[in-house]
Formats: sequence, C-alpha cells, structure tokens
Amino acid sequence: MAEVRTASGKGHDQDRNRRTFVTPEGVDLKLDIATVGERIGAFMMDLVLIVLTLVLFTIALLFILAGTGAVLAQALIMVWLLGFFALRNGYFAAFELGPRAATPGKRLMKMRVVSRDGARLRGHQIVARNAMRELELFLPLSFLGYQSAQGMASFATGLFGLLWTGIFAFFPFFNRDRLRVGDLIAGTWVVRMPRRTLSNSVAARVVSEEARYSFSDAQLSVYGEFELQKLEEVLRRNDEYSMIVVARTIRERLGMEDDGGGDHAFLEAYYTALCQRLERGMLFGKRKKDKYQR
Amino acid sequence: MSSAASRQFASARFREERTVDWLELEQRILEIERGRARTLSDEDLLELPVLYRAALSSLSVARETSLDADLVAYLEALCARAYFVLYGVQPPLRRRIAAFFLSGWPLAMRSIARETLIAVLMMALGAVAAYCLVASDPSWYHSIVPEGLAGGRGPQSSAAELRQGLYDGGGSGLLGAFATYLFTHNAQISLMCFALGFAFGVPTLLLLVYNGCILGAFMAVFASKGLALPLSAWLAIHGTTELFAIAIAGAAGIRIGMALAFPGKLSRTAATAKAGRTAAFAMIGVVLMLAVAGVLEGVGRQVITSDVIRVAIGGTALLGWLAYFYLIPVRGEALDG
Repeated sequence: MAEVRTASGKGHDQDRNRRTFVTPEGVDLKLDIATVGERIGAFMMDLVLIVLTLVLFTIALLFILAGTGAVLAQALIMVWLLGFFALRNGYFAAFELGPRAATPGKRLMKMRVVSRDGARLRGHQIVARNAMRELELFLPLSFLGYQSAQGMASFATGLFGLLWTGIFAFFPFFNRDRLRVGDLIAGTWVVRMPRRTLSNSVAARVVSEEARYSFSDAQLSVYGEFELQKLEEVLRRNDEYSMIVVARTIRERLGMEDDGGGDHAFLEAYYTALCQRLERGMLFGKRKKDKYQR
Repeated sequence: MSSAASRQFASARFREERTVDWLELEQRILEIERGRARTLSDEDLLELPVLYRAALSSLSVARETSLDADLVAYLEALCARAYFVLYGVQPPLRRRIAAFFLSGWPLAMRSIARETLIAVLMMALGAVAAYCLVASDPSWYHSIVPEGLAGGRGPQSSAAELRQGLYDGGGSGLLGAFATYLFTHNAQISLMCFALGFAFGVPTLLLLVYNGCILGAFMAVFASKGLALPLSAWLAIHGTTELFAIAIAGAAGIRIGMALAFPGKLSRTAATAKAGRTAAFAMIGVVLMLAVAGVLEGVGRQVITSDVIRVAIGGTALLGWLAYFYLIPVRGEALDG
C-alpha cells in the first residue's frame, strides 16, 4: 500500500529516525521511528500498570474470599489464574487492537504501532509481536531468577543464559529501525505519533510593526531557511535572554545599530521580511538552505 | 498596504483559508481515536476522506510554499493520524472471528503441515529414545523426568500405586482450578516453544524432543508394570489435543526459525514477517486447543475412569482436529486477522 523507504543521507538525530512513508495519494508523510529510550519508558509504564492491576486484582479476590469463606475458593482460584494469564499475555494485545494501536504507556509517550507495509494493522500481527515478549522479557527474567536461586555454583550457567537471552532483549539496539524481535516477526514498527496543536504564525502578528524597520536586499540575503526556522523557534519560545543574544548576533551580522525598539519587535520584523523573501524565492524554485549556500 | 500585505503573506492567507478544515478534521479524528465513531453522523463520516485529502494537499502546498516549520509539522502530524484512522479501519469483530475459524486457522495449519510433521516426529523420536533408555536402565528415569512432574511416581513405585494414580481422579475436589492451572501452564510453555523458534528453531526442536522424552520415560515405567494400555488411555483423553497443540506451537516456531535462516528469494525481514503471519494464526489456534485440552484433562479425565471411553474421547478429538485442519474444504481467501 504505502511505500516505505529510508530517508537517504545522514543528518542529525531527527533525520536519522525519519522514514519516507508515501500514502496511496502520493504524499510523503515522513514518519519518525520511536527511539529505544522512548520505548523503554513506555514499557516501564505498562509494566507498572500491569503489576498494579495484578496487585489490586489479587487483593479484591482475597477480600471476596474472606467474605464468602471457602465456598467460592475454587472459582476464585480459576478467576485468578485466568486473570493472571490474560494480563500477562493479553494486556499489550488488547490495547494495541484498539483504534489507537497503543498501550497506555505508548499513548503517553505519543507512539503507536504501525504495519511496516503501511496497510492496516491486523490482529495476527499484534498476536505475533506480543507472543515474542515471552522470549524477550520472560526468558531473561527466568534466567535471572534461576541464577539467584542456584547461588554461585551455577553462576556461569546463569550468566551464560542471561547473555544469550540478552541478545533477544536488546535486539532494538542492533538495528536501524529499532525493531524488537516481535516487530520483526509481525512486520510492524513503532512510530511517533505526536498530537500537535496549530499555534499562530510568528509572522502574521507583526504587519503593523514592519514600518519601523526596513531591510535591504543584501541584509535579507544573509540567512537561509535553516536560520529562519531557528529564529522561529526562538520567537515561539519567547525567552528574553536568548532573544537578546540572537538579536545582537543578527544586528551585528546585518551591520545595524540597536535602535531601542526592543529585541522582540526587531526579530519579528526581520523574521517576517526574511520569510517573505525566502517564500517568494520558493515559488520560483530558488531555495536557500542555510547561510552558507550562495 | 493591504494589497501589499496580501501579496507578501500569500502563505498566511493560504493558512487562514484552510485552518477551519484542518481543525474540523482534527476534531473528527479525535472522536474516532477515542472510540466514539458512532457519535459522528453519516454525513460527517462521508466527508472525512474529503477533509483528509484536503489536508494532504495542504501539506504538499505548505511544504513547497511555506517556511513556517510549525505549520508543516502540524500538518504532518495531522495527516499521519488521519491516514491511520482512514486506512486502518477494521472489519467488524464478528466477521474477523468467523474468518479466522472458517479460513484463517485451517489455511495456516495446512501451510505449516510439513513443520507439524517434523515436530511430531521429533516428539516421537524423544519418546522412543527415552523409552529404550529407561527400559534398559530405570535409573535414567530420574535424570529425564523432573521431580515436580514425577509426583512421586517412578520405577520404584508398585503397580498398585501407579494404577491408583491413573484412576484416582486427583482426590481433591478442585477440578476446575486444576483444569485452569493446566491450561495456563501449558499455554505458557507452548508460547515459549513458539518464541524460541526465533533462535533458528534449535531450542524449539530441543524442547519438542525433551517433551517426547518425558512421555517415553513415563511409558517405560508403566509398561514395566504392565500398565501400558491404561496409561495410554489416561494420556489419550487430553493428550491427543494437548500434544498436538504443543507440536503445532513447535511447528510455528520452526517456521519462523527457518524463514530467518533461509529467507529464500524474499528479504530476511519480509520472509520472517510472512512466516510470522502464518505462525500467529497457528498460535491463536494452539491457545484455543490447549483450553479444550485443559478441560478434558482437568475435568474429563478425573470424572471418566473407563479406559474405553477415555480412548474414544481422545480419538474423536484427534480425528476432529485432523478433519478440521486438513480435510474440510476451505475457500482460499487471503489470510486475514
């Protein structure tokens, strides 16, 4: 369905995680692969949730047991066993089958599971990627338990087991797409899916201010798109100190005196003028990536 | 000034005109993501693809004409969310379940028939080897069968003790809990058997052989006391289903390991993903089979103590599975989860 390619070239971190993802309409959505850190964070949150649920579930059953005596004991054991099994094997799958394709942890970290071929995420993929947790999580855990139970005599056995299973657990570190073993088997990957709100354009607000400053052609051709977007960031952050620094740098570069009009007003005016100029250039296919491009 | 401003701010005007549509799309996407698609009217839903396409085209335009990084990032995020909502629509659950039982499961089983045969042979190999070992030297029994599983039964037990174990019915009245425990335990083991397939299938094969070994060792001990037939009946009632399920789990693991080791014409990732699809279908089936086996073992075996009926039930179950997996006609639809 959608085509997926790796963005070529090695840029900074952002670009390395970026994947070309062309929709059937022919537009590249440029998805970002979630980093290992984010995924571990999400997993830890899920783990805490699972353990918490299990504890509460157990306590609730114990209360019922205390209330009814041994009459329901069997039923309660069955419920507990099934509940534990469902929680251990079904927690991740149940949430990932939902419309957001993300567990609560993933949702908090703004990620979701996506089929690598761009088609819809199918049930069997979710089953496969989560069945593999047995290998990635519970096998290393069982070796850890084994080692602590056996003492020093079989320290080597435990260590070897841990190393061997570690290969599976740390699989995401060893490939570019940060695939777990389960992702590999299921044909899925985990991408960032941030929910952004549309904030006002930095330039739109300043039309009236423009009269105060006028920039010459030479002054506007100093910077390119990269600097423009950095300037946009500074303006959005609205941090006084960094604006002072940036405004001074730009003034020096342009050869302008500080006219006492305020750094914010100056930066906005320059941003607007530069943006206009660069956008007009874009319409004619002339792009200036950064200040080094002539 | 106004004409100059409008010319200067072509991208600002572009944005102003379309913001309403973007926000509208965002709102509807949010409703659907929250699982409240029902609150949207038919008209709203029909308009969704239009809004999505409009946002996509805005994204293309913005990328080419606007240097507002925030705007482009917003549109990228919005379009990606909309894409996964629109193209991620699932058929109703009922139809997916029906498709699994009518075609997905049997087709997956047919597809891994060869691996299943290998898994069964591995278990048989282990059983025969352990039988011969224990028959020739009973002390092997203890190195094969773990203490917990043996439950005090062994070569030193008398025939009467062993016989009692087969017909006793577990004694306690906790049949339901016992069945549940057996199910969750076996399901966990079979999931592990499947997952280990990723290590090129080697640990899976070893687990299968070992499973067979335990079976063979038991058989040897009981056979030496003349209890081979009762043990077979005792095993058959649930074992046909349970051992078959474990063999299938192993087969699913082997399929994945083989795809990883020998991807053939496909790329390694594509080959494993393809194998994973078949294996996942088989594994859902395995868990279901083990639930059936748990009921047969925990309840059926304890209640029914007649050898003939035990064998009859076990045999029927096996024939039923075989017929379902390999004989009934299945429409060759695409596997779909």
